[in-house]
Amino acid sequence: MHGSDRFYPPMRRRHLLGRVGAGTLALLSAPLSRPAWAQAQVDLHAPGAPSLRPMTTAYPQKGPMILQRTSPPWLETPFKVFDKGVFTPNDQHYVSWHWATFPSEIDVGTFRLTVRGHVNQTLSLSLDDLLHGMPRVELAAVNQCAGNSRLYMQPHVAGAQWANGSMSNALWGGVRLKDVLDRAGVKAGAVQVRFGGLDEALMPEAPKFLKSLDIDHARDGETMIAFAMNGEQLPLLNGFPLRVVVPGWSAVYWVKMLNDIEVLDQPDTNYWTSTGYRVPDTPNSTITPGQMGVKLVPVTRMPPRSFLTNINSGDTLRAGMPTPARGIAFGGDCGVARVDLSIDGGKSWQPSQLGKDEGKYGFRRWQAQFTLPARGSHGLMVRCTNSNGVMQPSAPVWNPAGYLNNTIETTHVVAA
Amino acid sequence: MPRILLATAAICSIVLPPLAGHAAPLTALKSLKLDVPTSDATVPPGPGADAVNGNCLACHSADHLTNQPSLPKQTWEEVVQKMITAYKAPISPQDVTAIVDYLASTKGTK
Repeated sequence: MHGSDRFYPPMRRRHLLGRVGAGTLALLSAPLSRPAWAQAQVDLHAPGAPSLRPMTTAYPQKGPMILQRTSPPWLETPFKVFDKGVFTPNDQHYVSWHWATFPSEIDVGTFRLTVRGHVNQTLSLSLDDLLHGMPRVELAAVNQCAGNSRLYMQPHVAGAQWANGSMSNALWGGVRLKDVLDRAGVKAGAVQVRFGGLDEALMPEAPKFLKSLDIDHARDGETMIAFAMNGEQLPLLNGFPLRVVVPGWSAVYWVKMLNDIEVLDQPDTNYWTSTGYRVPDTPNSTITPGQMGVKLVPVTRMPPRSFLTNINSGDTLRAGMPTPARGIAFGGDCGVARVDLSIDGGKSWQPSQLGKDEGKYGFRRWQAQFTLPARGSHGLMVRCTNSNGVMQPSAPVWNPAGYLNNTIETTHVVAA
Repeated sequence: MPRILLATAAICSIVLPPLAGHAAPLTALKSLKLDVPTSDATVPPGPGADAVNGNCLACHSADHLTNQPSLPKQTWEEVVQKMITAYKAPISPQDVTAIVDYLASTKGTK
């Protein structure tokens, strides 16, 4: 039924094991039948919060995913996927929806993208118009939920309890938003461009999910309308047939099932742009719990992050033995300048080698070799510095909505 | 000759960056008609569970709630108020009280 049946049976154990030991796999001894695996759980190891989640293969065009919420779907990419390469397979690209009302059926013949508002000419573009009538562009970019890693914020906060897998990297193919706007002809005085998709608000008075970018950002030549992900059409749950790609910015701006572009001559007053998705205007978006009088600003650019992907917390390594470390990093709103590794809990750092640059907004592979000097517990830390000179913070990131967590990751291992 | 080929390959690789594991550009999209799972699960029983099931599950499945961490009652009051003010959930005042009490008892901090 899914690609998962072809590719995943040998991998399922690894997905399910995730970042943890076998002790968390209650069904490890069960027969390897499909129902047993469908019920298996993954432990996301969040101290003081529910950590077990079911694995699911029930979603169309998706392989094994961590089930964070059934409806509207929140499906998390299993962490082991990030060890396999810098491009996340489409069938394991994470999924997140605000409203459950998005259609499950899309006819490519009748679908239209409307461009309207403060323009010279309203457009109604077919998918053929976009695929064959405009210059194509391609760009690798990380699509990351603003709330990725919210599960690990301390104290805990309400919201989607994502571990580290509400992020994925793809090679996006499509057209420049600028070219589409130019075809409509933006009038003088335009200030923002607002995006809407096929998902409608459930309650009549509730705010439809809309997001806006400033006009100059929308016309920067990088912001695009994607119809391809890694060379294939987008999975339904990732926004088929069109989604906005805003390289370097949080995924909330990457409106899925895009069918409406409205050029505004006044700032957007919709809830999602004017009120939702706010962080403190402080270094690393961080305040102390209960801190009052803080100015809030919209979530926009992503900060740098890095992850160790071949060693998991709880692993036992050999003392005195050279050990390979590898993982992924991304710079956020710019490229990766360097990734450093610490094996002494952050007291000293060694540089890593960076892998091939597939584009500054995408994941970048890093690798290093280290030797744990003595038996006992060790904290392995990995830290990205981006090409703007911004470094991941060692102090915990915390804000009331749980956004933009990019605290340096620590992997706790034992040397034997 | 091999050198020329290599040079040509090098130029091509600059002009045409290789795609990630695929070659042919997408020329047409295919219509989709798929089944997206939903849930009819209810929240664990307890005082106020009916109010939760009758209001909250209209927009999101029960696992949204069961996966939440434990939080102070005041935070749950704010969460429920946000559902009303921001997302226009039509919750009666009696149900607001019942929902907050349910969350405070099942997902509350001491």
